[in-house]
This record gives sequence, C-alpha cells and structure tokens, in this order.
Amino acid sequence: MTDKTDMERQATAAPAIELKGISKAFGPVQANKDISIRVMPGTIHGIIGENGAGKSTLMSILYGFYKADKGEIFVGGKKTDIPDSQAAIAAGIGMVFQHFKLVENFTVLENIILGAEDGRLLKPSLAKARKSLLTLADDYGLKVDPDALIQDIGVGMQQRVEILKALYRQADILILDEPTGVLTPAEADQLFRILGRLKSEGKTIILITHKLREIMETTDTVSVMRRGEMTATVKTSETSPAALAELMVGRKVLLRVDKTPAQPGDVILDIEGLRVVDEKGVERLRGIDLQVRAGEILGVAGVAGNGQSELLEVLGGYRTGTGSVRVKGQALDLTGKHSDGQSRRQHGIAHVPEDRQREGLIMDYQAWENTAFGYHNDPAYRSGILMNNAAIKADTVEKMERFDVRPPNPKLEAKNFSGGNQQKIVLAREIERNPDLLLIGQPTRGVDIGAIEFIHQQIVALRDQGKAILLVSVELEEILALSDRVAVMFDGQVMGVRDASATDEKELGLMMAGITHAGEGT
Amino acid sequence: MDYMTLIQLLDSTVRLATPLLLACLAGLFSERAGIFDIGLDGKMLAAAFFSAAIAAISGSVWLGLLAGIAASLALSLLHGLASITFRGNQLISGVAINFLAAGLTVLIAQSWFQQGGRTPSLIGGARFNPITLPFADQIEPTPFIGPLYAELISGHSILVYMAFAAVPLTWWLLYRTRFGLRLRAVGENPAAVDTAGVSVIGLRYAAVCICGVLCGIAGAYLSTALQAGFIKDMSAGRGYIALAALIFAKWRPWYALWATLLFGLFGALETRPDVIEALIGIKVQGQLLGALPYVMTVIILAGFVGKAIPPRAGGEPYVKER
Repeated sequence: MTDKTDMERQATAAPAIELKGISKAFGPVQANKDISIRVMPGTIHGIIGENGAGKSTLMSILYGFYKADKGEIFVGGKKTDIPDSQAAIAAGIGMVFQHFKLVENFTVLENIILGAEDGRLLKPSLAKARKSLLTLADDYGLKVDPDALIQDIGVGMQQRVEILKALYRQADILILDEPTGVLTPAEADQLFRILGRLKSEGKTIILITHKLREIMETTDTVSVMRRGEMTATVKTSETSPAALAELMVGRKVLLRVDKTPAQPGDVILDIEGLRVVDEKGVERLRGIDLQVRAGEILGVAGVAGNGQSELLEVLGGYRTGTGSVRVKGQALDLTGKHSDGQSRRQHGIAHVPEDRQREGLIMDYQAWENTAFGYHNDPAYRSGILMNNAAIKADTVEKMERFDVRPPNPKLEAKNFSGGNQQKIVLAREIERNPDLLLIGQPTRGVDIGAIEFIHQQIVALRDQGKAILLVSVELEEILALSDRVAVMFDGQVMGVRDASATDEKELGLMMAGITHAGEGT
Repeated sequence: MDYMTLIQLLDSTVRLATPLLLACLAGLFSERAGIFDIGLDGKMLAAAFFSAAIAAISGSVWLGLLAGIAASLALSLLHGLASITFRGNQLISGVAINFLAAGLTVLIAQSWFQQGGRTPSLIGGARFNPITLPFADQIEPTPFIGPLYAELISGHSILVYMAFAAVPLTWWLLYRTRFGLRLRAVGENPAAVDTAGVSVIGLRYAAVCICGVLCGIAGAYLSTALQAGFIKDMSAGRGYIALAALIFAKWRPWYALWATLLFGLFGALETRPDVIEALIGIKVQGQLLGALPYVMTVIILAGFVGKAIPPRAGGEPYVKER
C-alpha cells in the first residue's frame, strides 16, 4: 500500500463491495448492528471476530441467505439487491463455506456445473466445463482431477473445487469462511498462495477467520467484529495480534498460556500396539504406542481424520480395539463387556469428548441433567432408588459458579448456552470428579477467545495437581501452547513424539503431512 | 414344466410387475430428491378408485386415467406441503396419506355407487384392453419365438408398455439431463443445490409431482387393466413392495426393473402352487411366497448382497444453515 499509484487507484476506484448500515436481528438477538464496510478491488480483506460476533450472519446476508432488516449493499459502486444466492452469483460474488457444499458422490466436474449448466442436456455443459477448468488451472494454479469423486479426494482438494466453482461462475469477489479449519499447515500455506495469485489477477477476497496469524500474514485490511458490531477497520500493516485480540474481546487477553515446566511422575496411561478397525473394515489405528505420565500434558496433533478421534473413542470406552492399554498398571478391557464409559470412569478416566454437542451433552436437556450424566450412580445424587434432583441441581449451581458458566442457570437447556459455556459445563462435570487421567478432545473448538483462556488455565491447573492429560486438538497453536510433549498422528500411526519446547510448527506440520526428517530416529 | 407354462408364468409376471415398476420408479424420483414416500400405496389406491369411478361414469378409460393421476397428484402435493413446505416428518405424512386413501376410497365408493365400497364392473371402452402387436397372429405358429412374441410380448395393455418405456426414460432423465443432475444433488446435499442458486423447494416439488403421476398410472392400471373395477384395499400393499424393490434396486432405474420383475415373479408363483410343486417336489404355502419380497429386502438391508446406500439427505427437511 505504500506504492503511490496504488494509493491513487484506491482513492478513485469504486469499492468492489460496500455495505452501508447493515442491521439484522433474529428475534431479540441483534446479530448485526449498523455495519458498514468498504473493500477495494484487488485486495484481501479480513473479518475477524469471536464465535457469535456476527461474521457469518453478515456474509450470509451478502450471499443472499438472509435479508438484512436495514442497510444497503453496493457491488462495484452499484446498489445491488441480493434476495437469494442466485442474485449473489449474478453480482459476481462467490462463497467458500466452512462446511463445503459439495455432493459427495458426484465428480468434481458435476459439482462444478451444478446450478450453472448450459442448457438442459448435460453433455455439452460437461464438455465446456472441462475445457474452462483447464484454463482456470493454468491461470490460477488450481489443478484438480475433473473426474474424481468428491468422496475420494482430500479436504484440501475439495476446497479447491469450491474455489473453482466460484471462479467458473465468474466470481470477482470471493468470500472464504474459516477456510483453514480443516487444512494442514502446508495446505493452508498453499491456499494462501492461491489467494495471493487470485488477488494479483484482480480478484477481491474477503477472508473470515478467528485466527489472528492468518489475518496478519495474508490480509491488506482487517475489520474486527464484536457482538454484532464492527468495532474497527484498520490496515493490517498498522496493527498487531495483541491489538486485534483486544478489539475482538473488548479487554486485554493473554495469547500465551502461563505455565511452569512439567513435573512428570509415574506413567499413568500406557498404550501398546493399539489397533482399531472401523465398521467399513478400514484400519484406523495401526499400532499406537504412547505413554502419558502424571503431571504432564501429552498433546496429540494431526489433521482431522488421522485416527485421533478413534483413539479417544477407544480410550473412552465406546469403540472396540485390540492391543494393550494400561491405566495405573491395570489393563483396560478393549472389547468385552467392561469396555464402556462406566468402567472407564471406575479406572479414574474422565473424558471431554471432541464433539460436545453430540457426545458430551444432550442439547435438549437442562444443564443440571447434563451434569449428572455418567455420574448418575453417585450416592450423592441418589436417594434410595430415586434420583435426588435437588442435590444434583445444588451441585450444578456450585460447579457453574466455579467454572464461570454464564448464565449460571441450571435449568437452562444445554443448547441455549454458547459454545464456550457448553464446554465449561462438560469440563466441570469431568474435572471435578478428580480423575487420574483426563482425555480431552478439541477443548476449544467453537469457543470464544475469552473462554479459551479460562479453559486452558483449567487444563494446566489439573496438570499441576499431578494428573495425566491426553489432549487431542487439530489446532497446532493450541497443542504447542498447552502440551509438554507432542505426538503427531498421521494415517493411524504416531509419526513421532517431540518435547514441546524442542519443536516448532514447521516440524510438526511436516509430520502431520506424513513426512519425518530423514536420519532422525523416533 | 413345459414351455407354455413358462410363458404363462412370465406373462403374469409382467402383468404383476407393472404396477410395482411404476410405483417403484415413482418412489425413485421422490427419494432421489430426498423425500421419503411410504404413501405410495395410498396414492395408488386413490388413483385406482378415481380412475375406475370416472371410467365407469364416463365410459372412457382415458378420462379415468386422468382422474386417477389427478387424485394421486393431489395426495402427492399434500405430502409435499407437509414435508417440504412445512418441513414435517415424511414418514408420518406418508402414513397419514395411506390411511386417508384407505378410508376415503371406500367411503366415496359407497356414497357414489352403493355397491359395498366397489365401483361397477368396467366393460368395453371403460377398461384398458390388451393390445395385439403387429404380426402377433402370423408369428404365433412359429415354434419357440411365436408364443414368446404373441403371448409374452404382445397382448398387454398400453400401460404395461408405458411402464417398461419409463425405465430407460427415467435413466436418461436422471443421468443425462440438467434436471436429473439437480434432482440427484438435492437428495444428496440440498445445501449444495441451494448455494448454487437453484431452488431446493422447486426441485423437490417437481420430484414429488412426478412421483404422483407415476403412482396415478400404477393405480389406474390396477383397477382398469389388471382388474375390471375398484374393490376395497385393492392396492394390497403393492406400494410397500415397491418400496422394498426400490431398496433392492439401490435407487437405480434399471435395477428397479429387475427387482420388480423378480417380485412380480414371486407374485405369479403365488397363484401357481402347482408349478412350484412340480419343480421342487414339495408343497409351498402361497403366503410364504408373498412374504419373499420382504424377506429379500431384509437380507439386502442387512448388507448380505452388496450395500444399499440411500440418498444421503433422504428424510431430512431442508433448513438453511447459517
């Protein structure tokens, strides 16, 4: 932006997209409040904010999913009405959603033409798309196999198909919603190179993310959203991660986790040769050896789908496996009738599952009912053959207070809490049982920065009490911030274990992609 | 078993498979678009009654066919309204349609014709009569090919030929046209269709309407071609067997043809216990044969014969995600 002609061009050209005073309410919740934003053509504009800050709502308005209550949208200087996705596509807006909108058992080509076919018969459309796909591949370095089925290609490729879909529809403005959530660091770097290429070809890119690093590395300008409002728009070169974090949360936040070096004790969890074969007969764990000691956090890094979930499920007692798993020297039953959550708890294992909304909570049940799950046989929760609901409620209120769950109302249904507060309910239930081993998966997925800080502190505090913690996360930053040792999983195997202090994102990133350094024994 | 018996058996297989095939293709369109439809039976029943009734009153079977299609289409739209527009439970809506049709047809039949819930017997132009294909009579004396052509291929009503022609047509529509691509996509991932700027609701209604038309023809076939008039509950669970065939066929048109022919053969054998006895030497109860389609469906569902993967978005009302 220092280039003078560049500045002049920006001053005179109409913005690629401009929002003026956009407001949108869902019932009593004001999701977007009087939002204005200008994005110049040929730039990358970041929108950053916590979960629930209103980023997705704003983009849904831009893509015609919702109609704004108030406000105007200008595309290329012209006032534009976007009542549906078709209008957005016609206005040259393309969107790459966080969850891809692809038909799994269609080919790449079929997915690309879907909705943008020429004429009633498929043959000519497919032929035309095949040709223009080649051109696009050349122009932007986006190579894909047009005849591959979506279900057979990796997520990085699938995302590429989404971008191609937008480009095939002649999008000039590309919106990407949390695009790196499912990518390896290497894939993410590749994505950003593609975005850079698109930008140099004159495309305008809006990048929605909660990752500060991505904003700092790729964007030209950045807008910060908090509680439905746009709190600031700044040039990326003139801000810092700490300043952005403060704007997002509204107070100073600790981006680093404060922790002292670990004091590892006895081996609590000892896994040897653990194998898991899934329902389809695919081997998901191919001989895992891991140890976790008392007073340490072992982080398991890896791209989603490389066996981490299966590892947690076997240890948690709801998936069968073969091999040996010992907790405090006692072997766990991996296949028989003692392979369930109940007997795992008796071994002193607590589990905060990866998918809290499906495995950790029952969303339609109230907080106090959720607090009793798994521990409903606790004598304190019972009176005779009946549940002692009053005792459970009282206990829930106490736990909510200690874990700062907001609102502290035990009678609220789980679905009515924010992601962070849902996680705190699960954490409170599991940690307060004083386990010897805590299994915790994706502790801060969908959790806002303020709550992340709190959850991380709780995990470290538990470690400092001398508990063993097995942490699974796809967020490499989180793994590095919390773990004392890091194990990287790839394709059902452990690629290696490193001391957290002696490794970095680059090395772990390579291991996550299945590459280990030659000559380095593990 | 001699050759003529075989031809007769196959001939009745074709007759019995026809309504199954039409209903199965009807279900295929609906379910490929993500709308489960267990109301096939009810729609066939309603169509059977209205086509017989209008044919009896007007004396024209074609008017009857139109009335049957209209009745089935009306129930289809009801199903669409409940499950697409109001995002209700598709199974409950389907069950409701079956009950509605079972009750209403008898009630209206009684009120119109006072014959105990039947329509008068259809004669002459009020029925679909067999069509003799060209040269059938000339070829008949030829050994082997003669009976095959004259008895098995020729001599069916026009609806039978329509049903069999519907198979390649469905295949072509599904795999070679824009409409088919979108229809299959909406049953797999409606969000992909929606974000591509195509109306999920429009596509699903189109699918449900095609389903209604095909069920209408199936129902009309029952009362104006297979039989001569409507009797109470004459669909006799064929809608359910068609659904079983749909699973058996893994939601594919050509497989649907083979599946319904197979189930039609079971039906034909049910009426000829003597053939089975001659073939395998033991007496088999007709009811056992009647249960075979269901037994085979259970076997398929249990995954013994390949895997039947239903359309991924089937049964789920589409709600826009944020």
